[in-house]
Amino acid sequence: MRNLWIFINRYNAFFLFIIFFTVGIVLTVKNNIYQRSITLNSTNEIVGEVYQNLNVATKYMNLGKVNDSLSIENARLSAQLFALTHIDSAKNETVKDTISNYQYTYLPARIIKNSITLRNNIITINKGSADGIQSGMAVISPIKGVVGFIRDVSPHLATIQSLLHKDTRMSVNLKKNNALGSLVWGEKNFDFRKAFVKEIPNQFKINIGDTVITSGYGAFPPGIPVGRVSNTAVATGDNFMTIEIRLLNDFSTLQYVYVIKNKFAEEVKILDDKIPHE
Amino acid sequence: MNSRLIIINIVRWVILILVQVLLLRNLSFYNLATPFMYVLFLLLLPFSTPNLLLYLIAFVTGITLDMFYDTLGVHTSACVALAFVRVSFISVSVNRDNFDEVEPTLSNMGFKWFSLYAMLCILVHHLVLFILEAFRFSELSYTLLRCLFSSIFTLVTVILISFIFYNRKQR
Repeated sequence: MRNLWIFINRYNAFFLFIIFFTVGIVLTVKNNIYQRSITLNSTNEIVGEVYQNLNVATKYMNLGKVNDSLSIENARLSAQLFALTHIDSAKNETVKDTISNYQYTYLPARIIKNSITLRNNIITINKGSADGIQSGMAVISPIKGVVGFIRDVSPHLATIQSLLHKDTRMSVNLKKNNALGSLVWGEKNFDFRKAFVKEIPNQFKINIGDTVITSGYGAFPPGIPVGRVSNTAVATGDNFMTIEIRLLNDFSTLQYVYVIKNKFAEEVKILDDKIPHE
Repeated sequence: MNSRLIIINIVRWVILILVQVLLLRNLSFYNLATPFMYVLFLLLLPFSTPNLLLYLIAFVTGITLDMFYDTLGVHTSACVALAFVRVSFISVSVNRDNFDEVEPTLSNMGFKWFSLYAMLCILVHHLVLFILEAFRFSELSYTLLRCLFSSIFTLVTVILISFIFYNRKQR
């Protein structure tokens, strides 16, 4: 017994290494499977506070760009408003009540932490469950393009699993012929400006420059532009093909996002749960 | 003397973590080379640090970084691996008997010893870090390439920072 103790004491560096390294590995693996360790990520109060305060500097530096994008959006919205309010009253037409069954509502939020250089990128925003955000909601960029899905929510902050994450998949189709595919990032592509659309049936003719939009099957509303086709022959020889697209959305300068609230999300979920799974 | 060392190390920890999180986190060359300069803190801990304390410090440093990077466990494992390499390398290369240096700095130990020491520690740290981050073997060549370029980048920054605080009088 004493010899054993002497032995352990003599090589204590190695045994301590084994103990601490095991703890580290266990933490990593747990995090990879559950992805739900809310306490030790950036929704944590202290870390979130640090990022929120320090983001002020970056916000000022990008103020010009944000102003431009806001004014573009303002112009678009006022054009819509003009069209809605200046209806020719002499013309007799029935008005459909679209307010009470409006399916999607938009919730603006500011990004307080973003990254594009990692293997799996997570964005943190300054709105949380107090503002009605729930896990699984879709997030888009104000001007154009998709951003990702809400992952974890705390009362005043939330994290977004960005499109630049190996587990993110979105249902998209080609605007021209409605060919359905799934949008992925990663897998030998770590450029934040590009992504792949997989599982497009082979019979469709696709040209470089074609627009890719969201299909509306998931959490995203249909018809949001995602990107333009930049390479049509990434992988063929199968019944399905993979194409490369250039994303419209620039993740490196993203400042504000819209979280999309789907009024029917609950109903869709209840219906989906009734489908038996093999 | 002892309390002075503790204060110096705490200040060094705070500064290096802040530089890493606020500045270097946003830095990357072609998504291949990312510097992790905070390892300099673990490299410069005094020789007299007990092994258990060394591992605890490495663990806490790693978990702090993980909180900022949203990658729980990855930096922690890498820092603990670095601590193991540090202990092994020092026990092999430094003779404890007639020895009066306090910290393994560039000015105390000379360029040759320090660069080899830093290179080994950084290489192991980055290897663990990138492999755990990718967490699959299908992209092994890309992961190793990232690891190699990042190690070179980190090593260059660590040695440059050491030369800034180089004190010729002590040698």
